[in-house]
Amino acid sequence: MSPALSPAALPTPENLALTELFVPAAALFVVLAIMLFYRAVAGPTTQDRLLAVNVLGTNTVVILALLSVGLDEPWFLDVALVYALLNFLMAIAISKFTVERGGVL
Amino acid sequence: MIDQLQFWAVLLCLAFGLFFTFVSTVGVLRLPDVYSRAHTASQTDTLGAGLSLAAVALALGWESTTIYTVLLLFFVFLTNPTAAHAIARSAAESGITPLTAEDELESETPDDGASAPGDTAVNAGEEGGDHA
Repeated sequence: MSPALSPAALPTPENLALTELFVPAAALFVVLAIMLFYRAVAGPTTQDRLLAVNVLGTNTVVILALLSVGLDEPWFLDVALVYALLNFLMAIAISKFTVERGGVL
Repeated sequence: MIDQLQFWAVLLCLAFGLFFTFVSTVGVLRLPDVYSRAHTASQTDTLGAGLSLAAVALALGWESTTIYTVLLLFFVFLTNPTAAHAIARSAAESGITPLTAEDELESETPDDGASAPGDTAVNAGEEGGDHA
């Protein structure tokens, strides 16, 4: 568990297989996100659509984090962090603006 | 040996994260109410996203980008139930009544129910007064 051991162990073929594990996982997450679009389109109330878009945003954050490992692009994590912030802000703002008196939170 | 341990830990975290996100997706698609959907979105989706981000952090190892991932994990753990709570509370304040066991009984035996609350939970107003 020493910190000097793990970067030396990075270019082994086993670890390459480890990073290649992440792109199919991201593809499966994309499939789940496409399934979530049904609730975002056909939800009966505004809050249903907002909840589906919120879960979709969390899925997008996870997909960005998985692709940052799978494609070896570390700046995807910055995009994921900003996207998580904006997703939370959007959920709070819309759920506050759908109520007239604004008593949410 | 530590490579094997890291590999299996990452694989386990990814598999469980995918499983819990799948459960959350099925719950959001299939559950009958806004409140039950908020329930599954706040719990299972947080667990699935947290496990997947833990898999990312374990695969990165000791690097500076791991700090980003752990920060993202804590942020998702804090904000995802908060957002679901805010959405459920705005649904409650805009007059959506929760689907109760009486509604289930009425929808199962439709011969005595004049109102049919089976498909949608939006029956606010005059018949939802006693629930509040």
